[in-house]
Amino acid sequence: MKTDIILCGVGGQGIISISAVLGIAALEENMHIKQSEIHGMSQRGGSVQSHVRISSNPVASDLIPLANAGLILSVEPMEALRYLPWLSPGGWIVSNNQPFLNIPDYPPVESLMQEYKSRKNAVLINADEIASRCGSAKASNMVMLGAASRFIHLKPESLMHGLEKLFAQKGSSVIDLNLKAFDAGRQASVAL
Amino acid sequence: MEKMLLLGDEAIAQGALDAGISGMYAYPGTPSTEIMEYVQACGSGVHALWSANEKTAMEEALGMSYAGKRAMVAMKHVGLNVAADPFMNAAITGVNGGLVIVAADDPSMHSSQNEQDSRYYGKFAQIPVFEPSSQQEAYDMTRDAFDLSEKYGVPVLIRITTRLAHSRSQVESRTPLPQRSLHLPEEPLQFVLLPALARKRYKRLLALQKEFMESSEHSPYNLSILKTGGKTGVIACGTGWNYLNEWFPDGDYPGPVLKLSQYPLPVKQIQRMFDQSASILVLEDGYPLVEEMLNGIFPVNKHIKGRLDGTLPRDGELTPDLVASALGFPVNEAYHIPSVVVPRPPSLCNGCSHADLYLALDEVMKEFGKGKVFSDIGCYTLGALPPYNAIYSCVDMGASVTMAKGAADAGMTPSVCVIGDSTFTHSGMTGLLDAVIENTPVTVIISDNSATAMTGGQKSHATDRLVEICKGLGVSPDHIVTLVPLRKNHQENVRILRKEILFEGPSVVIFQRECIQTSARRHKKN
Repeated sequence: MKTDIILCGVGGQGIISISAVLGIAALEENMHIKQSEIHGMSQRGGSVQSHVRISSNPVASDLIPLANAGLILSVEPMEALRYLPWLSPGGWIVSNNQPFLNIPDYPPVESLMQEYKSRKNAVLINADEIASRCGSAKASNMVMLGAASRFIHLKPESLMHGLEKLFAQKGSSVIDLNLKAFDAGRQASVAL
Repeated sequence: MEKMLLLGDEAIAQGALDAGISGMYAYPGTPSTEIMEYVQACGSGVHALWSANEKTAMEEALGMSYAGKRAMVAMKHVGLNVAADPFMNAAITGVNGGLVIVAADDPSMHSSQNEQDSRYYGKFAQIPVFEPSSQQEAYDMTRDAFDLSEKYGVPVLIRITTRLAHSRSQVESRTPLPQRSLHLPEEPLQFVLLPALARKRYKRLLALQKEFMESSEHSPYNLSILKTGGKTGVIACGTGWNYLNEWFPDGDYPGPVLKLSQYPLPVKQIQRMFDQSASILVLEDGYPLVEEMLNGIFPVNKHIKGRLDGTLPRDGELTPDLVASALGFPVNEAYHIPSVVVPRPPSLCNGCSHADLYLALDEVMKEFGKGKVFSDIGCYTLGALPPYNAIYSCVDMGASVTMAKGAADAGMTPSVCVIGDSTFTHSGMTGLLDAVIENTPVTVIISDNSATAMTGGQKSHATDRLVEICKGLGVSPDHIVTLVPLRKNHQENVRILRKEILFEGPSVVIFQRECIQTSARRHKKN
């Protein structure tokens, strides 16, 4: 059993937290894991990615080979498309549909949506709106993790437990908000 | 023991803590920064504060070793250039308490100005080098490196690359050791490298080479799997081993394999696999060090494949895909990047103080023409790109000040440089002293955001000290000016900056406003 995930978005969007929850959950289920992250050179505002490999067998390479990721989990719609060369044939894209506009030449959103319409295995949700409804737009990363959870070979309970552990020091209201966001994301994804 | 999920950097730090270090020394630099940060977070009772630069860090660690305690020093690959003097000489003095040096290389230059391979430094200094392939090995090797360092009385180098430094995986720790007690070297003149004494110490280091080789031959980290069949033999160094295993899990590569993680090269092991192979493929990250050594000067009668013969690219980090094609597997993308996707490069944050500085500087420099501003290493290097196009150099820590002086010596006027506060105290101060001694007409702009911001906002040695430092170096107090880079001050900043740039002697203009990231974090905490 193996899940290779490309996790992507824009620096500052909370990808490290998604990665951390996946790590805790994988450890809890006694799975092998490698997570390769990009740090440094003020990635804030730049495109960022993380390779997450979870498997019942030992993981060799820290990087996912091209065309081997079963899932692209993105918190930004253009960023998801940037990593398509890593997606396996028939692999899934689960992405937030809200663009992060910080460059002058960001493409028209309709042209991005056109790309998604031409693909079969894509789940696009408005994570910002769902997160706001749960209490804070900042939890959109956990909405996305919830939405992607049905494509990850880890129990949702393990992920939710991982989330609780990650936010443990921030108090119960932050934990509840993020749990709610996770659950709402999962529901939204299943409903599509 | 407990299983932890650790970055390669953190695994090294945990290994050092469990080896009983008393001191951790470093200057921030991607991808090595998290080693110190982990020790600061988890190492109670261990001295763990940032040093002014890599050279001071290395010497402080050597001093702790002199006093009989275990110490580690960590830096990025180019930091080892800064620390090269004490590094090379520490191999001659040897150590008392165990001393382990970590150099984190950055092939593909994710966040660096070159991709130099620190294994050459290990060979240069003639000391043992470890190159872990996994986070677990990073932990285990760090522990063993301290034992090896004390067994032979030499520093030991651990070389990692970005890929391992910033990848997380499970690590199992072993029983921690207590810190060593203070004890001075048995040989009182060990650390005195007067020529007559240094010659003796050097002979000692040379005599140890045989033992280092024996240690490599029997290292648990160097593993020969000698399947016969006349196939291509593979030497897989460090993380190259992972990429081989990606395509041949469970060690089922059909030919001879040598997993190489401890140097000097285990010549006997290589000889054995060499004899059983029709050709050899070398998988190594960084420069073709092993491949070059196998080739020698005269052609060998076997095809050595790697980065030199074009089987793998000469530059950039290894990837599972590059290794796949070197092994003869097809590499195919199922999907391509749609043309609608555009690059999203890193940029200065909204509200960044560097941006306001560059707006003022650009306005002043319009009247003097392009190409007269040098700069340095930090977030502010992004000022070389649009919309600022403000600076024309980024070479090494501190080089903005000295290059500005050299250009002024050549007659270029005005000659201006932009340097960050932490970079200034790292390596800019001595260059400013040169300019003061010669009364050189240069303007040193210090963009003081009161943090080592690019690597995550570590504390800067310069904070609240810059004016006093510049005065102490001999800059006339009339030409040390502090400005606040905010939009509302723009016109006034332009006026004062212009005046100092026109001054025909050394002047310092400090643009002081805290990094918005560290400021936001501070306010969140309070």
